[in-house]
Amino acid sequence: MLPDKLLLEVVTPEGLLLREEVDTVQAPGELGYFGVLPGHRPFFSALGMGEISYKAGKQSGHLTCFWGFCEVLPDRVSILAEVGERAEDIDVARAEKDRHSAAERLKALRDEAGFKEAQATYMKAVTRLSVARKRREA
Amino acid sequence: MPALIDIRRRIRSVKNTQQITKAMKMVSAAKLRRAQEAMFAARPYARRMMQVLNSLASRASTEAHPLLVEREQKDVLLIVVTSDKGLCGGFNANITRAALRFLQEEGRESQNVQLEVIGRKARDFFRRRQWPLHGEHVGVFQPLRYETAKTIAHRAIEGFTSGRFDAVYVVFNEFKSVIAQRVAVERLLPIAREEFAPENPPVEHLYEPDAQRIFDQILPRHVEVQVWQALLESAAAEHGARMAAMDAATNNAGEMIDSLTLYMNKVRQAAITKEIIEVVSGASS
Repeated sequence: MLPDKLLLEVVTPEGLLLREEVDTVQAPGELGYFGVLPGHRPFFSALGMGEISYKAGKQSGHLTCFWGFCEVLPDRVSILAEVGERAEDIDVARAEKDRHSAAERLKALRDEAGFKEAQATYMKAVTRLSVARKRREA
Repeated sequence: MPALIDIRRRIRSVKNTQQITKAMKMVSAAKLRRAQEAMFAARPYARRMMQVLNSLASRASTEAHPLLVEREQKDVLLIVVTSDKGLCGGFNANITRAALRFLQEEGRESQNVQLEVIGRKARDFFRRRQWPLHGEHVGVFQPLRYETAKTIAHRAIEGFTSGRFDAVYVVFNEFKSVIAQRVAVERLLPIAREEFAPENPPVEHLYEPDAQRIFDQILPRHVEVQVWQALLESAAAEHGARMAAMDAATNNAGEMIDSLTLYMNKVRQAAITKEIIEVVSGASS
């Protein structure tokens, strides 16, 4: 018998973000996004930067996730995010400001130095804004 | 015999002190609750991490990883975790004493031990003793951020892999219960192999990118989490220690007020008796 639900658990070093029964999960793997349905084969992935999204019935939810690990079992998905936040915890004004200053820094760059960092900051801010927007639309 | 008014003044002053200690106790109780919650919140992450390490250890070739290599300990880094503020009983003194004991331990004479201090109290202590400090982190407890643990962990990892240090230890107050702390000295690096003795390997996973790569990523994270746990424990223990210290101070102030009040009454009665005697003897003469 295949399970028909997934127990999604998202933890960060600062606490448990989410623990919910869901139908599908999408997560930002290091090699690209992957989706999980109940009954998935055991799978383990490093995570990159992006959004975790899940659906439970008609409800859907989004979280940010920056690096970490994800363990998939047939009936559960455990995500160990290094940094992550729920949509409702995102400080939109700060993310907007970060995005702006990171964009400025990227434009001002003349060589490789500092590129990665500025790019990561930019990506983080953009992800946060996107997750926060999805919450407002929902 | 002191004047009545002096004793009254003294009582008033002790009462003020008592009010302050009582308020500090209450503040600590509230902060303790939050610190304890943060500590418990971090546990699922640490537990999961351990499970993952266990399951990976059975699969990846762990011999090769630089963070597991045991070398002869010539240069050692000791991370000392204290608080920024005092008035918490023996909390900081216990740590600095343990750190000194560590420095004077048998066989350390030949070693070069460097210190990295966290918290104002440790910094001031070792500065006064003219110990060279490899690094210092002051004011990290309000509020405590994971980034701090990450920075400290990465300095340690960097020092270890570059060969500047052959081992990294951390000394901190472990949170036993609200009123009890225990000084703990733990080895951070190299990571002890027996920590993640592979249990009977559970399920065969698919790995992405691959088991070895994930292992390489997760070991540094493991160090971070250990530092983080130490900081959280220390923060919770600090508030617990301060609460206990302030509770004791409040009780002592109460006792002092009682004995001063008794003394004051005695003095007052003696004065009255003296006056009556004077009046009576004046009338009879």
